[in-house]
Amino acid sequence: MAEAQKLEISDEIAIDIRNMNKWFGSFHVLRDIDLQVRRGERIVIAGPSGSGKSTMIRCINALEEHQQGSIEVDGTLLSSDLKNIDKIRSEVGMVFQHFNLFPHLTILENCTLAPIWVRKIPKKDAEATAMHFLEKVKIPEQANKYPGQLSGGQQQRVAIARSLCMRPRIMLFDEPTSALDPEMIKEVLDTMVSLAEEGMTMLCVTHEMGFARQVANRVIFMDAGQIVEQNEPEEFFNNPQNERTKLFLSQILGH
Amino acid sequence: MADTHAHSVAFVRKDVIPESPPPARQTGVPKWLRENLFSSWANTALTIAAAWAIYMVLSSFLPWILNGVWDASSLSQCREILAGKTGACFAVLTERWHQLLFGFTYPSELYWRPVLAFIIMLVAFAPVLFFDLPRQMLVVTVLFPFIAFYLIWGGPLLTPIIAFLGCVAGYLVFSHYGKANFATGFFGGIAAAFIVWSIGGLLVDLVRPEEPWMTPVPSRDLGGFMLNMMLGVTCVSLSVPLGIVLALGRQSDMPLIKAVCVIFIEFIRGVPLITLLFVASVMLAYFFPPESTVDLFLRVVIMITMFSSAYIAEVIRGGLAALPKGQYEAADSLGLDYPQAMRLIILPQALKISIPGIVNVAVGLFKDTTLVSVISMFDLIGMIRGPILASTEWSGVYWELFGFAALLFFVVCYGISQYSQWLERRLATDHR
Repeated sequence: MAEAQKLEISDEIAIDIRNMNKWFGSFHVLRDIDLQVRRGERIVIAGPSGSGKSTMIRCINALEEHQQGSIEVDGTLLSSDLKNIDKIRSEVGMVFQHFNLFPHLTILENCTLAPIWVRKIPKKDAEATAMHFLEKVKIPEQANKYPGQLSGGQQQRVAIARSLCMRPRIMLFDEPTSALDPEMIKEVLDTMVSLAEEGMTMLCVTHEMGFARQVANRVIFMDAGQIVEQNEPEEFFNNPQNERTKLFLSQILGH
Repeated sequence: MADTHAHSVAFVRKDVIPESPPPARQTGVPKWLRENLFSSWANTALTIAAAWAIYMVLSSFLPWILNGVWDASSLSQCREILAGKTGACFAVLTERWHQLLFGFTYPSELYWRPVLAFIIMLVAFAPVLFFDLPRQMLVVTVLFPFIAFYLIWGGPLLTPIIAFLGCVAGYLVFSHYGKANFATGFFGGIAAAFIVWSIGGLLVDLVRPEEPWMTPVPSRDLGGFMLNMMLGVTCVSLSVPLGIVLALGRQSDMPLIKAVCVIFIEFIRGVPLITLLFVASVMLAYFFPPESTVDLFLRVVIMITMFSSAYIAEVIRGGLAALPKGQYEAADSLGLDYPQAMRLIILPQALKISIPGIVNVAVGLFKDTTLVSVISMFDLIGMIRGPILASTEWSGVYWELFGFAALLFFVVCYGISQYSQWLERRLATDHR
């Protein structure tokens, strides 16, 4: 963890969320969220289920619409303007709990599709990039298989590679290991650790507290749609302040 | 105590048991027979009963086929030749085959034209149905509608050329403006096509040749199985794209588009096809400008296409609903816009799921083309019920004629069904 903290974090703001509120119908899911993420930060978001963690990061690339407040990503204001939304989405990579690979395309096609159609990169170059990232997640030999032929851990690593092929400046992870067997969690976390070591700006919703200690420079704890505590991992785990945080940590670290 | 227990329970395997073949009595034909036909007394009794039933059917059916008379000029002559034996009178097929296939007014010296169009159709459909074939073959597919029109209806060569140029103009306008703004490109394309068509139409009238190379054949002279094939092929190929558009429109966020699609689908599905066909033959003329005479064939094509596209839209909607929400989200999160996400991610998967349903509608539609016989178009069934059964020579020959019609339809429909099963296997990539 000492190593992780050595990583440089610039003063440039990558994501600026101000006073964001969201409702599902009349249910107030996100309340007054204020969050500034600087470039190179690695933030882990924890909290009980239903606390709005996933909804918050899904608002950042407009998979969910927020009703109040503002979100600015890389200086682009997220509004209902489709051009801005598409611009932000192509700069922000997202990894889902259930991988969401395209089952009708091979691994290589999964990785080259968006670069070819969104970035208009020639097919040859896109394939070279895709192979580069597939090597990085250590499965280049699966390139011509279909997602259905891979294990869960392999699929999730492909999903990470697919996002990286768009050369995003920010990566969002929505519980990337929650649907995996214990044996496969490590291979995915290893991939994420190496990504963090390269200085990628990351927001990660996860219950892997070991990962948070090792990689994060900031841990955010959410409850009932609000950010109730945030701190450096060391302080967060050893000296939580909020009652809800204390209870949560005692529950998940209890055994 | 603990030691003795461990002694009796602990076990470590050091080697793998090698694979061995199953016992000989458990494989092959004898096993299959014993398991499926003679596994118990009840089963054996059923086997014998079934064998007897099959024998009874074949013993009366086979002589009818084998004794069949293929060469006679009327039913009474058939009966003379048979002299009291059971036997079919297939002579009606050999004598009237051209009427069954082409109708009774299509000029017989021009039969080569629809036949040639049919052969070109096979070439044109090959690259669409079997996508491993070279993509260059799609040129034939694009040109096929115009070639087929020219071959079947004849008339001045300029007509299909103008029609083709209109489509090209529409496509060019759409591909040029459609990228920036879909609506501009779409309506601009339609406008461009209509401009070319109307100018071309005047041109065709001006330079109409006295004697065109291809003798013109009016639509009312089309008939027989050729008419069923033409209606089936045209309507299926038009209603699949229209069905996709309707299904996507029904899912649209835009209330106006959604409402139009829902009303269209629900209305068309709630009306019997026969009603629509009568509308086509009698009433549709009221909706066109007074002087224009829209061809009956075209009116029927419009109605059948609308009818089946409503069904296909619902089938595809089922496919769209079956896709997990994550597929839409993954496509969105990669920055794909709506047309890209639909074309590259959503529709390929939704259509694959919908194949059985679409084929179901297509087969049903093909058989429903025989309904045009009720609005006095002489398709295969219209020919049989009308000119052939009403003739003095062949009145009363039911089994042979309708059996032949059933056989023709069965061959085509079974072919479609086999193709769809091949397609499903070919597209299976999910390895469930």
